[in-house]
Amino acid sequence: MTNVTTDVKNKTTSLKGKNTPLTFALAGNANVGKSVIFNQLTGSNQIIGNWPGKTVERAEGTLSFEGHEIKIIDLPGIYSFSTFSMEELVSRDYVALEKPDAVINVVDASVLERNLFFTLQLLEMNTPLVLVLNQVDVAKNKGILIDKDHLSTILGTPVVFTTATRGEGIYEAIKEAVKVATSKPKYTPIKYRKDLEEQIQKLQQLIEKEQIDLKYPSRWVAIKLLEGDTEITKLVIEKSKTVILQAKLVIAEFEKNCQEKCFSIIASARYALANSIVASSLQQDEVWHPLTDKIEWFTTHRIFGYVTAFGVIGGLLLWTFVVGNTLSGLISQGLSLINPIDPELSMSAPILSIIFNGFWGGLDAGLTLIIPFVIPFYLLLALIEDSGLLTRVAFMMDSAMHRIGLHGKALIPIILGYGCSVPAIHSCKIMETRRERLLAAFAITFAPCSARTIVLFGMVGLFVGVHWALLLYVVNICIIFAMGKIAMKAVPGKTTGLIMEMSSFKRPSIKVVLKQTWTRTKSIIYVVFPIYIIGSALIQILYVYDILTPISNAFSPLTVLWLGLPAFAGVLLLLGTIRKELIIVGATAMLGTSNLLVGFTPIQLVIIALVAMLYIPCVSTIAILAKEFSWKTAIIISLANISTALIVGGLTFQLLNLFV
Amino acid sequence: MQRSTQDYLKVMYSLSKNAEMVSNANISQKLDVSPASVTEMLKKLADEGYIKYSPYQGSVLTEKGLKEAQRVTRKHRLLESFLSNVLRIGNDKVHQEACQMEHALSDEAEESLCRFLKHPDTCPDDGKTIPACDLPFCNCEECIQLHQKGLEQVGKRDKNLISIRDLKNGTFGKVSFIRGEHKVLQRLLDMGLTPGTKIQIIKVAPMTGPVKIAVRGSKLALGQDIACNVFVEVEEHTK
Repeated sequence: MTNVTTDVKNKTTSLKGKNTPLTFALAGNANVGKSVIFNQLTGSNQIIGNWPGKTVERAEGTLSFEGHEIKIIDLPGIYSFSTFSMEELVSRDYVALEKPDAVINVVDASVLERNLFFTLQLLEMNTPLVLVLNQVDVAKNKGILIDKDHLSTILGTPVVFTTATRGEGIYEAIKEAVKVATSKPKYTPIKYRKDLEEQIQKLQQLIEKEQIDLKYPSRWVAIKLLEGDTEITKLVIEKSKTVILQAKLVIAEFEKNCQEKCFSIIASARYALANSIVASSLQQDEVWHPLTDKIEWFTTHRIFGYVTAFGVIGGLLLWTFVVGNTLSGLISQGLSLINPIDPELSMSAPILSIIFNGFWGGLDAGLTLIIPFVIPFYLLLALIEDSGLLTRVAFMMDSAMHRIGLHGKALIPIILGYGCSVPAIHSCKIMETRRERLLAAFAITFAPCSARTIVLFGMVGLFVGVHWALLLYVVNICIIFAMGKIAMKAVPGKTTGLIMEMSSFKRPSIKVVLKQTWTRTKSIIYVVFPIYIIGSALIQILYVYDILTPISNAFSPLTVLWLGLPAFAGVLLLLGTIRKELIIVGATAMLGTSNLLVGFTPIQLVIIALVAMLYIPCVSTIAILAKEFSWKTAIIISLANISTALIVGGLTFQLLNLFV
Repeated sequence: MQRSTQDYLKVMYSLSKNAEMVSNANISQKLDVSPASVTEMLKKLADEGYIKYSPYQGSVLTEKGLKEAQRVTRKHRLLESFLSNVLRIGNDKVHQEACQMEHALSDEAEESLCRFLKHPDTCPDDGKTIPACDLPFCNCEECIQLHQKGLEQVGKRDKNLISIRDLKNGTFGKVSFIRGEHKVLQRLLDMGLTPGTKIQIIKVAPMTGPVKIAVRGSKLALGQDIACNVFVEVEEHTK
């Protein structure tokens, strides 16, 4: 067990800059450990951004290896190169047009046949390839033995075994990739079944004769034309009508002979080939896994499955509050030693007050929220995710999620939303269509994130009663469902069904879990921290120059008459747009005591907490909504939140007045 | 074929899942007929080879009976979709209407209706699967392409197909037909569900949840709305 990254770097420093820089792309199905390999290779030298003009994440990193400066691009995890998703289009254009020096195809060794389907498509593109069989430990556990050399001979590419989570085989993989990139071996294309191959050759020759320069390899264009690929057909039409007409004739005749559609024939042919390759290079022994089977049985059982699902979600939240509260208390104590919040300051030295109360206050809130609540939450969530338990929860909850126009996979971003909306909305990318991403993001803006939960328990739990706080929590979940249902009707389109791979349970890898936690936490630090700090300073400016009161007075018909709150609640709700917990902090400061019952009746506490949970996504969330969707979307969602809060809050106030 | 025969087969089809026994009492209740006449009719159906009848236990559809039952059920459910989705007739009335119309609908009209409705997958009133047609296609695009030239020449499928959402855990089957739009079809092909692929139903989640299947060494969860469009020839019922 060696740390490959340091290994790789140690061997290289002396030779740095000797050779021309290389570019490698990592390609493969989702969940095969591609990102783990990417992290192993590039360590901290990563730039995560989007592909130009697309909402598809682009991860890029660098590495020096035996005198080569290597740029690594981590392509999105996809199953095929058809163009039904942005991810697939981006990946195939990158491989075909940008022509990386080598493509490292990461493959799950325990699901070889399905993965080879994609490998064959990479080979069609005639790209320099290294096949990395990852998770060989898992495969071995399942009784799968693969003949690496045989596989390498058939495919004509180097094949490397890796166990990425332990760093095994990464060095060899990169070495082979460098070899392939520098020697540029000639590939003989892999042949499909004879009748299909004839049609491919026919079209390929035609394309070469007509000399249409598409920048794509001609064999690949021929296959794509046969598949009826809309993008490629469009490109070819612009260049040559003859090719298209011929292609149509070829397809029509071939389909008539086979009594099957061409795209289906090609998919079948690829799988038939993958199947025969697997048959000749893989040996599978029956292995009995009583424990995994029992866990599998339990987690998808018709009763215990739901017990597990609710247990997982409930446990995750419970863990967050217990750990979060303890840590939060400790950190606040530590920070209070340098307590800067000093109302006296605002009178005598406004600038100092803005700097200390504003900036420092923002940083303080960031530290007491993110570290104690969000990190433990993401840590446990990553553990649940990496073990495979979360997929089972998604499996069990699929039919419930359908009621709000989403499928089981959407559960993952929504659960993330219980920590913080920002990474949750960011993770909506796992959904297939824009409609689903939008619906999931909308649901998330209502999910009680840790800040809202602090308000709920700090105001209601502490001063009215824990059962009231829990009741509001339940009300909130009902509202998520109700609003989800309304949004589903309002946003045109059909719910796409769930197609989700369910890999077997495994022991989670600590490295992967830590990395995942860090990635999610990082997005909070980059987006939320600055907004916290600037926002707090801004509010402080408004406070110092007494601009808050007039604004809040303007809202008093809503806050005082409709919601029945005390007049100063307007200011609190304004503060809360920056960060929800500022509502408690502000109330404490204004009342001059932490006993909120001095300024609020219990009903008012219930109402303000309820409104605080719903009334607007915080500024950070609005920013991420605008970034992932558009400003228009962000504004519409915010308005929807405000009206929901007003309606629900107002009605609850009237109801409570009647009964209590 | 007599209307009553079709009605019996249709009721048995909707009552039985996974080729389970259907009791006489259930049939008599559903059709609102006396137990004595049910017994008599079942004996007749058994003689004609549509069902296997075991006195005091119940009856089960044979392959021949299943074929006929699926044919009439398909017409019934397509008509329900038409009445509800196109003519906007209330869901409480479509069942009665469809019961009257199904016996008169020709096979050709049924095929056209299916294309006109863009291959609906479930019926509007109770969400049950509309059975696949008996044309020998692997997907709906073949039907769209060929129907102008006339579907008479293409012949019929001889094996009965069942949607994977209506199968028991552990059943093995061969993927034979995937209904619906191109996008979903292509994704399923990409995931390995090509025609002729052998799959196994591992688990159907409760509350009309997803179906978990084993295909080409991987495990996939397919939501109900996808699963109801994946049809297999059942190869083995046992675990």
